[in-house]
Amino acid sequence: MNPILRWFHQLGSPPYFYRFAGRALPWFYGAALPMLLWGVWTALFVVPVDYQQGDSYRILFIHVPAAWMSLFIYFVMCVNAFIALVWRIKLSELLAMHSAPLGAAFTLLTLLTGSLWGKPMWGTWWTWDARLTSELVLLFLYLGVMGLYAAIEDRRSAARAAGFLALIGIINVPIVHFSVEWWNTLHQGATIKLFGRSSMDPSMIAPLIALAFATKLWFVGSLLARTRVALVEAEIGKDWVRTALLPNPITQGERHERVA
Amino acid sequence: MNQASASGAARALLRRDLLLVWRRRGDAINPALFAVLVASLFPLAIGPEPKLLSQIAPGIIWVALLLASLLSLDALFRSDLEDGSLEQLLLAPQPLALMIFVKVMVHWLTTSLPLLLAVPLLAEMLFLPPELLRVLMVSLLLGTPLLSLIGAMVVALTVGMRRSGMLLALLALPLYVPVLIFGAGCVMAAAEGLPYQGALYLLGAGLALFTVLTPLATATALRISLT
Repeated sequence: MNPILRWFHQLGSPPYFYRFAGRALPWFYGAALPMLLWGVWTALFVVPVDYQQGDSYRILFIHVPAAWMSLFIYFVMCVNAFIALVWRIKLSELLAMHSAPLGAAFTLLTLLTGSLWGKPMWGTWWTWDARLTSELVLLFLYLGVMGLYAAIEDRRSAARAAGFLALIGIINVPIVHFSVEWWNTLHQGATIKLFGRSSMDPSMIAPLIALAFATKLWFVGSLLARTRVALVEAEIGKDWVRTALLPNPITQGERHERVA
Repeated sequence: MNQASASGAARALLRRDLLLVWRRRGDAINPALFAVLVASLFPLAIGPEPKLLSQIAPGIIWVALLLASLLSLDALFRSDLEDGSLEQLLLAPQPLALMIFVKVMVHWLTTSLPLLLAVPLLAEMLFLPPELLRVLMVSLLLGTPLLSLIGAMVVALTVGMRRSGMLLALLALPLYVPVLIFGAGCVMAAAEGLPYQGALYLLGAGLALFTVLTPLATATALRISLT
């Protein structure tokens, strides 16, 4: 078997993933942290002031990576949910379900920073623009997935049901986006648009890219950490958990002796 | 062994479900009553100003019908789950998606259709301009089956749960957003003298697409939550 393919198959096994995630975790966090610090420092102190918006545009360096993450994580969640539904891999169920809170956090961050920026720039905390509305609906979808996962008692069927909901939702987000856009164009003229990437000064792009990568790496690290814990929780009775967590693993037989 | 054809089974299910609703016909009026009550709360809450009310009437009527449809969704599979006939449907050799389509159709016929009949009354209560009533009715006629079809997917996911009311709303409402935007949006556009046919065409296209796709998705969701 192809070694990469074999590694990928092995990754589906909980003990193997647990060890792999434990080893990979510090690397992801370690790579994310310097990029995050450099990106934030450059964005706040080095990059020149915008000629029109003054200093308040700097919130964009948090807002835009968070907005990218909110969609990226939804995509990750859906890919995992799809794998979980088709091949019934327990690990994918957990990965999908533990992406949801992270995605919801990034979506909330996007909405909050967006409205903080909107108040001085647009003069309002909120407007029913296509992007804002679809981001809000995205947050509701994340919350729905989390709510459904929490509401069903059996963990595995909960993960499958919530994963299916996530897959239904992926069709919904673009529809909401375009519906508001078309509805608004029916209703009134062009709405205020966030400025595009291409019209940006090159000195501003570097920290933005750095922050975009830093948030992705941090997400992977955080997802691995959460999934590790969830795996232990899901497999609490298994032998590998005992050997992995206890310094001096006790086998089932020995434990009976000690209790006796 | 003699096996019923798919269309024969669909007809039998249609007859059975309609009969079940007919035997409890008192309950069937409840969604319409609910919508009328919700709509009558608005003039009480924001004041009986006819100009203001006539402006927001399409939105109020749409939201009232949407909520009524949402609240009645819970019953879509509940009694069938309790008496075990839902499991028989799952095991039956006839395609589950077709059976679900029949059930959703019955749900629409028995909850949304009475609501649609109540719409002229609501429109009069909220001073909707008479020329807009036709647009509103068409948008509701295309939109409410969509709501039932989309809602069925969500109900199928929550079918095993004992208390699913609030969760059902949390799951279904984001999916209802596009329907509401197009449905209420086209009436609003018509009120301003703008072309509104585009939104109606989109609703129609969505209805055609979802009539085919959502029963399949609902069948998958049912199998997930019942195994």
